[in-house]
Amino acid sequence: MDLLLHPLNLVTFFPLLGVLILLFIKQEHKNASRWVALVTSIVTFGISLWVLYLFDPQKADLQMVINLDWIQVAGWNIKYALGIDGVSILLVLLTTFLAPISILSTWSAVGERVRDFMLFFLLLEVGMVGVFLAQDLFLFYVFWEFTLVPMYFLIGIWGGERRMYAAIKFFLYTMAGSILMLLAILWLGIQGGTFYLPELIQNGNIPADIQFWLFLAFAAAFAIKVPMWPLHSWLPDAHVEAPTAGSVILAGVLLKMGTYGFLRFNIPLFPEAAVQLAPVMALLAVIGILYGAAVSYPQRDVKKLVAYSSVSHLGFVMLGLFALNAQGIQGGILQMVNHGISTGALFLIVGMIYERRHTRQMDAFGGLWKVMPVYAVLSLIVTLSSMGLPGLNGFVGEFTILLGAWGAGAQGASLGSHLFAAFAAAGVILAAIYMLYMFQKLFLGPVTHDENKSLKDLNWREIATLVPLVLLIFWIGLYPKPFFALMGPTVEKLVAALQTAALAMH
Amino acid sequence: MFNLNDLFAILPVLILVVWACVLLLLDAFLFKQRKGVTAFLSTVGLAAALGFTLAQASGEVVAFSGMYVVDGFAVFIDGLLLVSGLIAVALSYDYLKRMGLARGEYYVLLLFSISGMMLMASASDLIMVFLALELLSIPLYVLSAFARPQVQSEEAGLKYFLLGAFAGGFFVFGTALIYGATGHTGLAQIVAAIESGTLANPQLLLSGAALILVGLGFKVAAVPFHMWTPDVYHGAPSSVVAFMAVGAKAGGFAALLRVFVVAFPALSVDLTPVLWGVAAATLVIGNVVAIAQRNIKRMLAYSSISHAGYILMAFVAYGQDAARLDAVASALFYLLAFALTSFGAWAVVIALERSEGKGLQLDDYAGLGSKYPALAAAMAVFMLSFTGVPPTLGFAGKFFLFRAVLNGGFVGLAILGVVTALISAYYYLRVVVIMYMRPGEPQAHSEPWLNLTAVGAAVGTVLLFVFSQPLFGWAADAVLRLF
Repeated sequence: MDLLLHPLNLVTFFPLLGVLILLFIKQEHKNASRWVALVTSIVTFGISLWVLYLFDPQKADLQMVINLDWIQVAGWNIKYALGIDGVSILLVLLTTFLAPISILSTWSAVGERVRDFMLFFLLLEVGMVGVFLAQDLFLFYVFWEFTLVPMYFLIGIWGGERRMYAAIKFFLYTMAGSILMLLAILWLGIQGGTFYLPELIQNGNIPADIQFWLFLAFAAAFAIKVPMWPLHSWLPDAHVEAPTAGSVILAGVLLKMGTYGFLRFNIPLFPEAAVQLAPVMALLAVIGILYGAAVSYPQRDVKKLVAYSSVSHLGFVMLGLFALNAQGIQGGILQMVNHGISTGALFLIVGMIYERRHTRQMDAFGGLWKVMPVYAVLSLIVTLSSMGLPGLNGFVGEFTILLGAWGAGAQGASLGSHLFAAFAAAGVILAAIYMLYMFQKLFLGPVTHDENKSLKDLNWREIATLVPLVLLIFWIGLYPKPFFALMGPTVEKLVAALQTAALAMH
Repeated sequence: MFNLNDLFAILPVLILVVWACVLLLLDAFLFKQRKGVTAFLSTVGLAAALGFTLAQASGEVVAFSGMYVVDGFAVFIDGLLLVSGLIAVALSYDYLKRMGLARGEYYVLLLFSISGMMLMASASDLIMVFLALELLSIPLYVLSAFARPQVQSEEAGLKYFLLGAFAGGFFVFGTALIYGATGHTGLAQIVAAIESGTLANPQLLLSGAALILVGLGFKVAAVPFHMWTPDVYHGAPSSVVAFMAVGAKAGGFAALLRVFVVAFPALSVDLTPVLWGVAAATLVIGNVVAIAQRNIKRMLAYSSISHAGYILMAFVAYGQDAARLDAVASALFYLLAFALTSFGAWAVVIALERSEGKGLQLDDYAGLGSKYPALAAAMAVFMLSFTGVPPTLGFAGKFFLFRAVLNGGFVGLAILGVVTALISAYYYLRVVVIMYMRPGEPQAHSEPWLNLTAVGAAVGTVLLFVFSQPLFGWAADAVLRLF
């Protein structure tokens, strides 16, 4: 019983209770399904707050660890191990926070097979939280692959016109990366005699040349998920076809699983390979920043624009992580959260207008400020946050990352050149261009289309989905200290380990 | 002469054979409307045999002067086969009635075939293996043609018979060559002769072993001996195919593993590259050609070929002492995972099949997700398990298997294995896509035993993944007796 009520078990598996209840609700009872899902996800969020309360930000190590034998037979040493530290706590909170918001956003958008939608959504939540908490490689892989399944259904059943294509592409692309990781996990398990991550990190001593290959195998899985340039081509398809709630979760959480993977596995497990490959990863990240921005600008479909902007924003995260210093990594983690909030909000905004007009083409709009003032103001805040205006959350993350990358650009530091930071900074300016251009096309100027004149402004439910996000945008923008404090010790410890590895190499 | 000990060793098989003969007689006196009784009685026989098999689980018995061995390996395979038999009866019962095929011989033939498969797992003399092979095959030939006078079914039976007989010929010829090389047909004597190092003609031995590989390769549908599979799977009654896909594979792999691991470890230097090639070809051909299939039975045929390829992957390392135990255990576990998933998938196929071969196209599955949610969900679980996506038994099977392959040092083969798994995701997911994402008006039969099998297998596929420890422990304990 204690084990069942362990906070980490609860926060991971509580949504299953909702799934169980949903199984007994008839497809026709749409509102019942919605309420069950909403209440379940809100309670899960509450549990994650309880976890936050129990969490001790002073400690660098894993906390609240559950470590049980799972498959202990014939030389297998597989554990059921969950744990939380400064890196994962923010992402768990982000996940459980975005889930009720996404469910609320589907209230009128999803009208068919509501029960199944909610069922898959809650299953997805289990998978996502599990990914961030799993401390055994086997268990991690199980959660990691499992998230594909519900997401595949969400895109494939409730998506747009080309949903089947997008769903299969999403599944195959992601699986293509993870199968290589599977072999690498097996190799680690065979050599190390365990799949328990802290033990593997502690044992270390993987030869440098093998580290290189294992790093690449893990990176294949994570880079596709992030997605890093040039492996991003599944992302626009998946985003454009996914239903709004799916896009929010996809951008808000699923992509973070990739960056989280780099931070949780690649860097601590293969520190020497990480140091060695940092410039390459940073180069790809910077290309992603510029490429994503350049491709966003000419998009006429708002959702596609937001999708490509994700490629750019996640480039920042990757650059921060592979600066391999405290500032860069902290900025990277914060930027993961920021991107989840801002881009999640952007997708909600796109979804709201799509529900009213059933188009997302920029040319179909213009002058919406006059028609929908509340909507316009909230959109403006989110847009400004996404482009990194000082005082809002995006700025804090990107600025810290740039500082970190600049610091890492010194002679002999991990990146070895200031050019990375310099080009990335250019990405901030490009972001301002395409985001403001989008805002102008949608909201400013005269109302050019008659259909837009009678659009209703946001209702209370829609405001309720956006306001929490906007509040967080201000909070992180004005007072980010508590967020940095949560991850501080864990990041310091990671950086210390990296420095030892770097010293050992020279 | 034999003694009571010998009889005790083959008791489960004996029960099946005697029971089958009794049922054959009994069936002749039953009224036409009461043929269901035979089905019920056949399950009684299977259950009794299962009980006695499990009673043998402790300890090894060598019977009939070393021709027959009961060890952990044999008990595992026997258990798997007998449970498969029970599931096969459940799948057949309503299907046969619906298709107008309800004849008592069906169950009798099923029992005979299972007893052949069980003998395959225990036979440790090449002559015995051959007899078992025939006992396994001949009832299956008849069962394949059971839907006569339908042309497709007759064609399936004939084709299976011709190619099976051909394969049997290879096997006998291989046995003859090995007898020529070593002077023995018993596995223990063969290995002793090889180890003594006094073989006059080692090439003879190698050719014999290769021919045996060909003969058994037919049974497990390994490329390039797989040509019969799609046609037979397509033409034979679905309930027969469901059983054949699991049973013939289990029997074939049991004999293959026993003969090669026990008798020919010394040949592994020469045979490993061959097995590597066969496994690789089976994986690639099975998975790639499956993409082109539009008929679910043919798709599952190629899918079953590809799964033979995965099991062969474990088999490649059979000659290495360090990797052998793991290889056998993971092959057995994979077989079990495949069996459960495969039965479930065939249960869904049978539920949707209508008379005259209708309802078998992939497009007939459109709309299943909204009209028959339980059936569709079960099928989705099976497709994910076939692909190897967690949390399913199929994933555990692949995970354990790949360790055996990596332990054997075959990194290239492991990479090929995961890449073909990715390819397979495409055609398995297509079924899910059609079920859930295309509108349609599918028609499914709702029959209690069928539903029970489909749902039970789906739940089992997920739950047994979570609790795979005892299952894998059982497979790991199922050691082959070496001489």
